[in-house]
Amino acid sequence: MDILGTLGGLVQDSGFAGFFAAGGWKNLIMIAVACVLLYLGIHKKFEPLLLVGIAFGALLTNIPGGGLYHMEMWDAYIYNAPYDAANQICLYNVEEDRAMTEEEYINALLVSAGVDGTEGMTVQEQLTKALVLIEQGTLQEPELLEKVSFTDIAHHGGLLDILYIGVKAGLYPCLIFIGIGAMTDFGPLIARPSSLLLGAAAQLGVFLAFFAAIMLGFTGPEAGSIGIIGGADGPTAILTTSLLAPHLLGPIAIAAYSYMALIPMIQKPLMRALTTEKERKVKMEQARAVSKTEKIIFPIVVAVFVILLIPSTAPLIGCLMFGNLLKETGVTDRLSDTAQNALMNIVTLFLGISVGATTVASRFLSLETIKIVVLGVVAFMFSTVGGLLVGKLMYKLSGGKINPLIGSAGVSAVPMAARVSQDVGREADPNNFLLMHAMGPNVAGVIGSAIAAGFLIKVFGG
Amino acid sequence: MKMPVTDAVITAILGYGVVFIGLVLLMCAILIMGKVMTAKKAAPAAASTAAPAPAPKADIPAAPGTAGEVKLFDVPDKEAAMVMAIVADKMGKPLNELRFKSIKEVK
Repeated sequence: MDILGTLGGLVQDSGFAGFFAAGGWKNLIMIAVACVLLYLGIHKKFEPLLLVGIAFGALLTNIPGGGLYHMEMWDAYIYNAPYDAANQICLYNVEEDRAMTEEEYINALLVSAGVDGTEGMTVQEQLTKALVLIEQGTLQEPELLEKVSFTDIAHHGGLLDILYIGVKAGLYPCLIFIGIGAMTDFGPLIARPSSLLLGAAAQLGVFLAFFAAIMLGFTGPEAGSIGIIGGADGPTAILTTSLLAPHLLGPIAIAAYSYMALIPMIQKPLMRALTTEKERKVKMEQARAVSKTEKIIFPIVVAVFVILLIPSTAPLIGCLMFGNLLKETGVTDRLSDTAQNALMNIVTLFLGISVGATTVASRFLSLETIKIVVLGVVAFMFSTVGGLLVGKLMYKLSGGKINPLIGSAGVSAVPMAARVSQDVGREADPNNFLLMHAMGPNVAGVIGSAIAAGFLIKVFGG
Repeated sequence: MKMPVTDAVITAILGYGVVFIGLVLLMCAILIMGKVMTAKKAAPAAASTAAPAPAPKADIPAAPGTAGEVKLFDVPDKEAAMVMAIVADKMGKPLNELRFKSIKEVK
């Protein structure tokens, strides 16, 4: 038995060797990034329920040789291109948005086998070399799939590929919306419907960031996905991005959830800067009591009305309102409980880890990611400003009865944004309780961001 | 494919407008729903004030060991039971020695 040869083979097949292969250093950086995200999620408690999953997914996907997630296979699925399942090569040039040439494919085969210095070789020489490697067993006999389907992914993919099908099919964000609906009390919104104006105003950042992204060279679908970060709604951002620009899912999801955790830091300075002490001290009148019947009718009316208005919002609004109906009927307590707890937890688990898996080093470590991170914070800031400005307008129009601080809660981020309104209100007057008043715009923001997402999906998703 | 700046401006304004129009229309729908519901609530109340007052009910004594009748406002039975149990526990008295008149959620 060739002991040295066996040991050499083991070393070469190990993930450690992958770090020394071409681009392997990027994996090391991504593992460090994943550890930073884990630190933020665990120690700093930044949206830990999702960020810990995303970070761990990022860690797993960037360990060389793990084979849990295959970016090339998803590229083939997204671009409807052929895929070499044996050697894991997508026959599509994603950077240049065109089909791969025969020469590029042969070159990719050699690169996948770890052959360096193919520049000086002719195509014929490369082909001969590839055939020799196939003969030796270093390269696999190509297994070409004309088109990749979910069945192919389940057959050839790794664990995270299979879990990611739920994201790509738009399943997880919608299931999470059932849970959110079951956990949300729309009472404050029903009692004060004008809150919806604040929820609409706080979508300003979505469209400003969209425009800024176009200016920075992103395509329309990419810009729409980046803009929706300003909606401060994780599942909506994930659904929109998975439909419009799946290659940006990792950075967008990480930016969205990180900024949602940073809401107090982003919003408080803006709230203090844009409101006066007098405005912040405004104590709002108690809203009217909402009957049980109204709470039951509300999700039915909203679902029918909003879906008729913008049909592309059907998955998000339909699931959100279904979850809320389960909560309010009073006869489906078991289902409501499952939606709020078991279902929500299971889907959050799958969603986090599979979204994290998309942060493959070769694609994540790019200038685009930095641009997305910057645009994300711009989106959040302008959404806050939009809500505050309309809040100030309502303060004037109502003769000083509405505290403009509740406007900033119009960005979704339930209930964090409402808590920030409460905190800043209490800083001005310790006896000022704005939480319930801010919950109205807060839940209106969920509907608003779903409508914004529906619009962008309709415009760019065909 | 890159998007022309003018198209981006139009899309952004149109999108923001659609969100506003959608939510304003929804606000109108909710306002109408609220009006209908409050009108429905007001109608039986008005009818009951117009109707002659019923004969006063005989004062039925509560069964021994019960805490009497308690009026609940926007509080489910389960939560009311919990509130009463906590109060009794904090006061160190058995529940059947306390009399709760009403429990109302303070919003």
